[in-house]
Amino acid sequence: MTKYSMYTKMIWNALLRRRSRMLIALLAVAIGATVVSGLVTIYYDVPRQMGREFRSYGANLLLTPAGDQQVMTQNLVANATTLLPSDKLIGIAPYLYDRIKLNEQPFLVAGTHFQAVKKVSPYWQIRGEWPVDQSEDIVIGAEVAERLEIEPGQQVTLAVAGNETEKKVKVAGILRTGGSEENFIFLDLSLLQQMLKKEGVISIAQVSITANEAELNTLTQQIGEQVPGVAPRLVKQVTQSEQTVLGKLQALVYLVTIVVLLLTLICVATTMMAVVTERRKEIGLKKALGAENRSIIFEFLGEGLALGALGGLLGTVLGFFFAQAVSVNVFGRMISFQPLIALLALVVSIAVTGLACLIPVKIATEVEPAIVLRGE
Amino acid sequence: MSLLELHDVSMIYGSVKALQGIDLTVEKGEWLALMGPSGSGKTTLMNIIGCMDKASTGSIVLDGVDFTNVTAGNLTMLRRDKIGLVFQQFHLIPYLTAVENLMVAQYYHSMPDEQEALVALERVGLKERARHLPSQLSGGEQQRVCIARALINYPMLILADEPTGNLDETNAKIVLEFFQQLHREGHTIIMVTHDPKVAELAERCIVLEHGRIANRKDRRIVCREEEVS
Repeated sequence: MTKYSMYTKMIWNALLRRRSRMLIALLAVAIGATVVSGLVTIYYDVPRQMGREFRSYGANLLLTPAGDQQVMTQNLVANATTLLPSDKLIGIAPYLYDRIKLNEQPFLVAGTHFQAVKKVSPYWQIRGEWPVDQSEDIVIGAEVAERLEIEPGQQVTLAVAGNETEKKVKVAGILRTGGSEENFIFLDLSLLQQMLKKEGVISIAQVSITANEAELNTLTQQIGEQVPGVAPRLVKQVTQSEQTVLGKLQALVYLVTIVVLLLTLICVATTMMAVVTERRKEIGLKKALGAENRSIIFEFLGEGLALGALGGLLGTVLGFFFAQAVSVNVFGRMISFQPLIALLALVVSIAVTGLACLIPVKIATEVEPAIVLRGE
Repeated sequence: MSLLELHDVSMIYGSVKALQGIDLTVEKGEWLALMGPSGSGKTTLMNIIGCMDKASTGSIVLDGVDFTNVTAGNLTMLRRDKIGLVFQQFHLIPYLTAVENLMVAQYYHSMPDEQEALVALERVGLKERARHLPSQLSGGEQQRVCIARALINYPMLILADEPTGNLDETNAKIVLEFFQQLHREGHTIIMVTHDPKVAELAERCIVLEHGRIANRKDRRIVCREEEVS
């Protein structure tokens, strides 16, 4: 048998045959690693998860006509869209604004694609039904509906001022948002363009995209430079609150991770101190048999590092399930296994356990061999 | 040349003089019994001879090596190479089997050798108990493992501290027979004991009182060979 295999045997036997004491230390490391691995996974996944959550509050990027133009062509918007990363794009809702008469009374009107609005503005509450794209059904704001006492399913007449064309359309739903949209009438973009004789043009495009403020700034700059005629603008209120909330959430997770690491450090250090205290005679005996301080240090550090590796491995696996449970219950989405985070949790567990062993190991080297004869 | 020579050795802890002016010579192959009441300095003397403590004053020469002023590291080396220790409380490592306990001593000395450790256990009649943990062995068996461990690195001097102190009569007899056998084989033994019957097996007996080797006429404890003479 080599010295190395004897060393390994001593380490493993000390861990495996002294289960109760070592189980406490192992649990401390494993719990620490679970929380650290889980929290770090959440830390990196929160922006992605929360980014999607924030998208339910509406568009974060607007594409508007450049200069003093009131409208822009849909082709220009299509060109700008090619610059947006498709994997992060939630939706683009084009809008053409004007005025229209509904049952002889003037109102603000917006032509749009209803399916795109569903994605960009999921907070819209429709009493009745969403119209199908390309249909002649319309949605009217709650304020308009109240004033004209219109209910979903009713027929109404639309007319454009200065144009004798009248169109009878069905009100598919009444819109509530709590905002200015309640004063609008919404119909399919092509229908409105046709009625206004403004084919192929829009007033604005609302874009919903999962990106942080910096990424949005970059995109804005690219579109501004590469698509003349389109002036991209960030919805600052949304992007900045998103960044603020994300920043605070990440800071909280970061802080909790540090506290957990410190608690793990203290717990493992305390357990290892107890281990050294109850093994003073064994240390004295080993020294009496000729062990040098170096050997004692290697043995206790070996035990500590093995404990850190075992606990870290266990905690990394449990941490993934912990993060998965948090993600599913809080965000309603699954997360993917991150090998780098697993490796990090393992390395941190070993490092923290090693660090926690330093003082106990120092104490172990101070034990005198003479105690075995004194019978202390 | 004597195996061990102590000249004017004293050990002082603060104001307490644990040992004073000890002069002692032990020849190769000799069995020396060390007796004395509690607090007389037996353990202190054993710790000094066993290279586990350094004397405050005086000189100690073991196998021609003067280790009066050696460093702690050199003391460890001397202890590892020249001393075999047998304890009253056996001091086996609880999470290692009997054979592994012997291999630990080999590990710190040079290189662990399982076959050699098994032979050493066979010598004390415990080969079939080699894979048992200390908790699965009787007191007598544990002491025999302790003796096998003390011998595994072929030490020049065996220091035994009350080796039968924790054993019943039967096991004490078995253990003492081993010591007699070791003595016959030429091993040098220094044994601390309270029991005059055990001391009588030794070739020579000294008595410590108040940190000094007591004169025959002054001391309360009497060695058996002196009664005979």
